[in-house]
Amino acid sequence: MSLKIIREPINKYIQKIPLGLIHVIPERCKECGYCIDLCPKDVLTVSEERNIKGYRWPKIADGKASECIACRMCEWICPEFAIFVVEADRREYE
Amino acid sequence: MSQKGLVIKEKIVSESPRDHLIRKERFPHIWCPGCGLGTVLKCYVEAIAASSIPEDKHVVISGIGCTGRIAGYVRLDSYHVTHGRPIAFAEGMKIVRPDLEVTVISGDGDLVTIGGNHFIHAIRRNVDINVFLVNNFIYGMTGNQMGSTTPLGAKSSTSPYGCPEPPFNLPLLAAALGAPFVARWTTLHTRQLAEAMKKAFQVKGFALIEIISPCPVGFGSYNELREGKDYIKLFLENCIVDHSADLNKAAISLRPGEPIILGNFIQREMPSYHDFELEVFKKAGWLK
Ligand SMILES: Cc1ncc(C[n+]2csc(CCOP(=O)(O)OP(=O)(O)O)c2C)c(N)n1
Ligand code: SF4
Ligand code: SF4
Ligand code: SF4
Ligand SMILES: [Mg+2]
Repeated sequence: MSLKIIREPINKYIQKIPLGLIHVIPERCKECGYCIDLCPKDVLTVSEERNIKGYRWPKIADGKASECIACRMCEWICPEFAIFVVEADRREYE
Repeated sequence: MSQKGLVIKEKIVSESPRDHLIRKERFPHIWCPGCGLGTVLKCYVEAIAASSIPEDKHVVISGIGCTGRIAGYVRLDSYHVTHGRPIAFAEGMKIVRPDLEVTVISGDGDLVTIGGNHFIHAIRRNVDINVFLVNNFIYGMTGNQMGSTTPLGAKSSTSPYGCPEPPFNLPLLAAALGAPFVARWTTLHTRQLAEAMKKAFQVKGFALIEIISPCPVGFGSYNELREGKDYIKLFLENCIVDHSADLNKAAISLRPGEPIILGNFIQREMPSYHDFELEVFKKAGWLK
């Protein structure tokens, strides 16, 4: 028996991986980088634009649009209440 | 309705789901980029949202300092009192209004250097308040002077060659004084911190959470922690979670290879000040 078969989860077809929809409040961001550095899926990067204080807020990096798993690490660590994530059903989008 | 084929983009908005608990009209707040204080506020707001205590029963009291500004950013009844005195103020408030959930959020300099005596006696009395002490190892707001929490050898504006004094070991001090709840977390441990805050609300008696928080602009600039990410690296490399740690070894040195011990160290039931007070009131015949 191959390992692959043993390791296949029995609930594979009903399990869903959450999809996070990222929301940003640009004017609050101070570009501390916590959300970008601590995202376990490297979803975020800095935007090209700057807010009124000169800071670049986070945006989704190229090719990462559906990578967010809604762990909300970025939301919890953000000292500015500038980013939050709403969980959606991945199957609705893919 | 299916959204299949939609390109997922970040959505630009102007309000967060927790804005009803913060004074959003005062945002962006005064704290520096990378300062941990906004994350402390976030964890507190999450703990309130998850607690069963109604929002209008929560009260925040802060002293003076960068941390002391927290009282001005919560959309709750809050009091910004004289330097070193928030615990004294909170004790009075809890004794007169035992129905309120009284929380002190203030700095290390405020609570244990200038106001150290109130800290000691409130724990000895076991008054039913929560103290969330933000330790950034320094008097931040006034220009980064060393205090009683500055690690031995750490630099500051008043110890350019290194602090010549050992710091307080706060969990050990609070445990020795009989506190029923003692915890320590960092601002990187957001969920654990919010959980500990929720536990603190339930404690009958004095609950202390020491929160280790980045101050990249103040303390950090003297100690090679110039950016938030330097603190994150420090926390990731040095923090050890051990709920049953020997608190004799819990002092923080910040030297490489020496751990920062975290956990919910003490959780025990003790008679509180309010129990003793009831006894006295009964003897005095003030209660029917
Ligand atoms: C009676 C009195 N003494 C001194 C000061 C000056 N002072 C204002 S903030 C502060 C330091 C506060 O340090 P801490 O509590 O650690 O807060 P942080 O700024 O580090 O968050 C001092 C000494 C004051 N405002 N009042
Ligand atoms: S954590 Fe918050 S303030 Fe820091 S870069 Fe991200 S959105 Fe901006
Ligand atoms: S919710 Fe998690 S995965 Fe999604 S962007 Fe934030 S940190 Fe990254
Ligand atoms: S001086 Fe330090 S504690 Fe004060 S706001 Fe700046 S980073 Fe935060
Ligand atoms: Mg301080």
